[in-house]
Amino acid sequence: MTDIFFKVLRPGINSTFQDEGRFGLQHFGVPPGGCMDHKSFLLSNILVGNSKNQGVIEFAYQGPLLKLIKGNTKIAITGNTHFKIINSNKNVLEGACNRSYDLKEGDQVDILATKNSAYGYLSVEGGFKIESFCNSVSTLVKAQIGPNGGKKINIDDQIIINKANKQKNNYKATISFDSANTIRVLKGSQYNYFSDESKKNFFSQSYKITNLTDRMGMRLQGPTLKNIINTNIRSEGITKGAIQVPADGQPIILLTDHPTIGGYPKIANVISADYDLLVQKIPGTSISFKCIDLEEAEQLYKKRYDNISKIIKDIKKIN
Amino acid sequence: MFKKLSNIGDSAIVCDFGENVNQSVNNGVIKLFNYIKNQSALRNIEGILNCTPSYNKLIISFDLKITNSKKVFNFINSINFSNLNLDQNKKKWTIPICYDFEMDLTNMSKKLKIDKEEIIYIHSKSILFVYMIGFVPGHPFMGDLDSKLFLNRLKTPRVKVPPGSVGIVENFCNIYPYESPGGWNIIGKTPIKIFNNKNNLKPCLFSPGDIIKFKSISKKDFESFNND
Repeated sequence: MTDIFFKVLRPGINSTFQDEGRFGLQHFGVPPGGCMDHKSFLLSNILVGNSKNQGVIEFAYQGPLLKLIKGNTKIAITGNTHFKIINSNKNVLEGACNRSYDLKEGDQVDILATKNSAYGYLSVEGGFKIESFCNSVSTLVKAQIGPNGGKKINIDDQIIINKANKQKNNYKATISFDSANTIRVLKGSQYNYFSDESKKNFFSQSYKITNLTDRMGMRLQGPTLKNIINTNIRSEGITKGAIQVPADGQPIILLTDHPTIGGYPKIANVISADYDLLVQKIPGTSISFKCIDLEEAEQLYKKRYDNISKIIKDIKKIN
Repeated sequence: MFKKLSNIGDSAIVCDFGENVNQSVNNGVIKLFNYIKNQSALRNIEGILNCTPSYNKLIISFDLKITNSKKVFNFINSINFSNLNLDQNKKKWTIPICYDFEMDLTNMSKKLKIDKEEIIYIHSKSILFVYMIGFVPGHPFMGDLDSKLFLNRLKTPRVKVPPGSVGIVENFCNIYPYESPGGWNIIGKTPIKIFNNKNNLKPCLFSPGDIIKFKSISKKDFESFNND
């Protein structure tokens, strides 16, 4: 059987294979990694009938332009993304997110831009034929770990699809775009290292997301957070969503590909329920932080999980 | 035995072993780390995603869909510490190093007021303990070096340090697994690959708690060294 495959005509800014992440290796210095926005990742797989942890292509800002050289497949694109499907007879179709489409040999999918958001996901029915490392197909570019030699997807790469399109029907999900700019947090391990005024500022003023933002971290700019105890702590393990504050007083939120150990004091931690919302914020956006307690954070997570389950349950066949 | 348990965000907890850092405290951290990892593999505790030991803390992160802080606290509070085996999984390694690849020995010699040969001698005689691995994949923090070699970080970190470079800061020694920026004082280079991104079974050569001793090799031996 000949392979069904895409050729990469344009790779996009930061297109990588990702799944839910690579767990159980943080004591060796390997962060979990994986998709940034878990909800969009999950829906991309469900829409094409995949298992929920199948590897997909994650893209940031500008996505790839792919041409299906051989075979047929079914795709779905999630996130808030502007894309087109260009048929081999030059018909151009404006793409809609959160639904599946059939692609025929010679078709192109042109992922132009994420709209007012950072990340989007492209899944194919049956998944991509990519190599797993330690039970995950996530790519950690900095350490060259994962499929495609641990590298970003590049021009002229051939991306092989596991199997031919079998499902006849297409499906769509109904998702509302969450535009809230308030991120809820729990107090961090070194919350008391900061002056009363700084703590007050942190929760009452807004912080701007700067251009120094990627899969590892998000640098913010806003009122200086004054450390009154010690600007360095003994290095300790890091979890994603930790908001650390180096000596310059400007916070950095550690994201999915974070270093595993760090020595800066942490003022707060983003709650799990707001993580996907946070990572989709683009540089230039002003965000603010609201302090809640652990019990509320756990309830919000459950509520979010129930909400995603409902979206999945309400997925409809397209006639 | 840890001194304090607290949550870190809603999906991790920290076992804090107190402010002192020494091998005995770190042994306690690693002992608990190994125990949790085993119990998680045996599915006696569900939903654990990662355990990250550092000098004096163990951070345990978990899947909030499956468990929560309270359940993990309860599990840890039920552990009988006197029954945990201290020496499990501890390995001893002899790691080849070629000191000809040093980048900082002249400056170190000036600052420390010790001959280069003496610095090399002290380093190669040290029995080092892997306190933790991390920051980037495979990167070991090893101690304790003789206090005669105590040095701060370089004022201006290098933009590129070659992979395998062995560095010193304070009473710790490291090995750079990848070419990366870095501020440690480089005294040599090992031909050993300490992180193998092709090895699914054991990508990282060392584990927290392992014992390391360096062995000086010539440039010729360095160049003919075979990682397989």
